[in-house]
Formats: sequence, structure tokens, C-alpha cells
Amino acid sequence: MKRVWLAIPLVLFIGLSVVLYRGLYLDPSELPSALIDKPFPAFNLPSLEGGQPLDRTALLGRPALVNVWGTWCVACRDEHPTLARLAEQGVVIHGINYKDDTAAANRWLRQLRNPYQVNVSDPQGSLGLDLGVYGAPETFLIDAQGVIRYKHVGIVSDQVWRDELAPRYQALQSEARQ
Amino acid sequence: MRALLLLLTLAFATVAHAAIDTYGFDNDTQRERFAALTRELRCPKCQNQDLADSNAPIAADLRREIHRLMTEGKSDEEVVNYLVNRYGEFVRYKPAFEARTWLLWLGPGLLLAMGAGLGWILLRRRHATAPAATLDDADQARLATLLKSTDDD
Repeated sequence: MKRVWLAIPLVLFIGLSVVLYRGLYLDPSELPSALIDKPFPAFNLPSLEGGQPLDRTALLGRPALVNVWGTWCVACRDEHPTLARLAEQGVVIHGINYKDDTAAANRWLRQLRNPYQVNVSDPQGSLGLDLGVYGAPETFLIDAQGVIRYKHVGIVSDQVWRDELAPRYQALQSEARQ
Repeated sequence: MRALLLLLTLAFATVAHAAIDTYGFDNDTQRERFAALTRELRCPKCQNQDLADSNAPIAADLRREIHRLMTEGKSDEEVVNYLVNRYGEFVRYKPAFEARTWLLWLGPGLLLAMGAGLGWILLRRRHATAPAATLDDADQARLATLLKSTDDD
């Protein structure tokens, strides 16, 4: 009986060590999105290229990546080649041009290729607010019905695509085909 | 030297007036509500600052949004829920009591109770095993002789 009592501090110590050790490898800047499994928020905003205003139905029909970007965002320039390559491979990518200058954004797309099928212009950041965006780039994965299924904060690199996004995107595609 | 000092003062000048924007309020109660709300909500980008304190662009946006919601006549709870629905439970410095957060709320109390319980058990055990403080007749007699012998010295 006494032996059991003696082991308690050791057990507590090991338990605490495991918890704290795990804490060392958590990234506190990655917040879980509050919008997972919720419908993509409604909006009524101009297209970046001009023309008819867009609403959320413009994004529906196929599973897609929705990429929040801006020309002021250095990391967005970093991920742009990856997005362009993915678009060439047939991945559906929509853009939300977040708190940006429309002329500068259009210039950027002419110079660096345009991977986006639909580009929503959100100069005031109102859609960004509804999406819980706290820094670009952020990339949402939505299904054909426009439900947000996953969110990646930060650059979409080849590795992020391979490990995080591609499996989920493909799963959504086969889900949509059924 | 004086020029250097001036330069130094200028270098720190920007920090002093961080996060000041101007909002109009109908009355002081509104102003205090705004101050309380922005202190209670956390900036999603700069995680160890509240919205009142932070001068990140996103914090400025959220302050503007809170002010807009307040002028629309939304209650404190509605404002907080509006932000939680978009940015998650994370933005509250006082998270709601729910299945995911009960340990956070009750943990300190539980630890205190555990410590107090353990202390009580240990104290009781020590008390039970402590030797009796009274002396029997033989010990009394010995004590008397000892005291007597020291008196003689």
C-alpha cells in the first residue's frame, strides 16, 4: 500500500513532463479556424477585373482553394509560383484580394501570371473579417457546396500542398463526383 | 551629445503613441463599454496583446468593427459572439465555460483541493504516530533525580 503512495509524485512528474514536452512543439500562432464545416460567408463585392459584382455562388460548383492575398503581402509573392503551378495542373483556385489597391493587384497578376479563376476584390477587408482572416496569405479549402472544410494559414508551399491540401482536395473531388 | 539625445528621443517617439484612434461616443457609458470590450478581447495576430493595446492593422480593423456594432446598438455579448464566430474562442481572454474549457476553469481549484487534502492526510498521520508527551512514573522519578543532581553542582 505504502509503495503505491510513493509512486504518485513520479507519476505526476512524468505526466507533467509529457504535457510540457508536447507544448514545446506546438505553434501558438496557428489558430484553429472557427469556420470549419460552416458555409462560406455571404458577400457582395466587385470582381478584381471589374464587371459584374460577385456573390458566394461564384465560388460554388467544384471543390476549390480560396486564397486570401494582397500585393502588400510579401509571403504572398513567395507562394505565388506554387499557386500558378497548381492552377496549370487544373486545381481550382479562387482569390480574395484583401485590403489591396486594385490597380496594383491587376498589375501583379499580369506580371506574375494569374492562377485565380474568380478574384473577389475586398478593399475594406469586410469579407476577410467574416472569414476570420488575421494575416495573409490564408488559404481555405471549400467543397462543391461552398462549405469550408479546411484552412491553412501561411504560405502554400509544395510541401504544404503535398502533405496538407492535396489529400483533402482529392477527397473532396471524389466526394463531389458521387 | 545633445544631438544624440535628441535622436534617441525621436527613435522612441513612435512607440509612445501606439494604438490611438479616434472614435465618437454618445456618452461616457458607451466609451467605458468600448474600453472594457477592447481590453477583454485578444488580438488574433499579436497574441499577447488585447485589442486596445495592439497597433496591428487587424486590431485596428476589429476596434472599428466593435465601434460599428456598438453604434448599431448591439450588446456586449452580441459583440463578443460576433468576433468568436469569426475568430474562434481564442479571441476571448475569458473563455466560456464548456466541455473543452472546464479543466482550465476548475484546474487551479482542483489542484488546491488536492494539495489541501494531501496536507491534511499527512498532518493527521504525523499526529497519530507522534510519541506520547506524558511521562510515566519511572520517567518522572528519573527526571527528579537528574534535576536534583544538577542542583547539587
